[in-house]
Amino acid sequence: MTKRVTAPLTKEAAAELRAGDSVLLSGVVYTARDAAHKRLCELAAEGKPLPFPVEGSVIYYVGPTPARPGQPIGSAGPTTSYRMDAYTPALLRLGELGMIGKGRRNGEVIAAMKETGAVYFGAIGGAGALLSRCVKSAELVCYEDLGAEAVRRLEVEDMPLTVVIDSQGNNLYETGRADYLASLKGIE
Amino acid sequence: MREIDAGLIAEAVARMCVEANVNLPEDVKGAIEAARREEKWPVAKNVLDRLVENYSVGGGTPICQDTGAACVFLEVGQDVHINGDLTEAVNEGVRRGYREGYLRKSIVGDPLRRVNTGDNTPAMLYTELVPGDKMKITVAPKGFGSENMSRIAMLKPSDGVEGVKKFILETVELAGPNPCPPIVVGVGIGGTFDKCALMAKKALLREMGSHHPDPFYAELEGEMLEKINALGIGPQGFGGRTTALAVHIETMATHIAGLPCAVNINCHVTRHVTEVL
Ligand code: SF4
Repeated sequence: MTKRVTAPLTKEAAAELRAGDSVLLSGVVYTARDAAHKRLCELAAEGKPLPFPVEGSVIYYVGPTPARPGQPIGSAGPTTSYRMDAYTPALLRLGELGMIGKGRRNGEVIAAMKETGAVYFGAIGGAGALLSRCVKSAELVCYEDLGAEAVRRLEVEDMPLTVVIDSQGNNLYETGRADYLASLKGIE
Repeated sequence: MREIDAGLIAEAVARMCVEANVNLPEDVKGAIEAARREEKWPVAKNVLDRLVENYSVGGGTPICQDTGAACVFLEVGQDVHINGDLTEAVNEGVRRGYREGYLRKSIVGDPLRRVNTGDNTPAMLYTELVPGDKMKITVAPKGFGSENMSRIAMLKPSDGVEGVKKFILETVELAGPNPCPPIVVGVGIGGTFDKCALMAKKALLREMGSHHPDPFYAELEGEMLEKINALGIGPQGFGGRTTALAVHIETMATHIAGLPCAVNINCHVTRHVTEVL
């Protein structure tokens, strides 16, 4: 069963998602990779407001290819999330409720997710062409000098995602693999 | 002596940068589709279906947004004379290809001060002299999600084949879901520290599922593929059989005191194009 989810998220909606759920996400997400995260955290540390509404926000770890004329965006799949781990707890405590990326997160991120009720979604790594079709518009927010790594506001429609780590800390990277291996032994 | 104009080289490289990023090689597609047929785990089947859909999008959209570091391998015939600056020609090709193909510029000019060069140069250029009067160019854009999961070990001779196997498996295990599995595993064994890493990278250029000419290593490739696909990591790390599409091993002579082993991980977007001038 596929769940429909709207971004920005609410705590209630986030709480209902479970690791392994297939999700179609629609709404507004913001793009940021490590270089942008570094700057966002520096702003936060100085007590300054972030350049986008952080409450309930979903951040997509992506550095797209340039848009061809007439298209909102180029290829737009996820980048590896662990590079954001150092910055993530601070953003979660400011109200970020969803992250879209690929790959493992560290213990501090998972602890902060449980504390704040946030969700980590996996988008299919390497499916940038497919994912680009879910992006209806893209608008520069800040850090244009970072090129592909600038912060952009994306309107997305029916973006296919999988809940990898839920707000209780369940982790599909552990359970999915264990379930598969158990199925081989026939002891499900 | 045959003359090749540097401008021709730039043109070829530009064309190949775009081609490599937009169209996945047929053998890689074939390997993904074969894995899809053999995969029984539903979540994994679903991911593999999406990968097929992804490389079929077309319209000039790059298969993956990480259009890579432009790795360019040249085999230059020793009877060729190049009119112009070879390195500059390759960089000009990368510059043009990445601009005209709307590819991502992912190179910073300095590893610590990290300012983007804005045109994806410099290319990672590898040049080899070979007999003849031709020039073979291979462009292989390399994504860093998988590059970051690669490792090298200076094993001891006493570690032997078991040490090599353990290091390969450990590397894939540590990589887990990060390098966008299903992956392609390039292994270098022997040589020196640097030669070993280069062999691992070159192993990724081989036809998918092709084997080492020595049956001993061909068997090792088969065994490692099986062992990796028994780990259960699966496509995207969501669980399943298809963790790797292929294991390619390259080997060479080494020193009496050493057993270098390098593992270069590539993702399912294993891109490369070759042209001969
Ligand atoms: S590892 Fe490969 S498939 Fe994944 S994002 Fe990088 S280039 Fe794309």
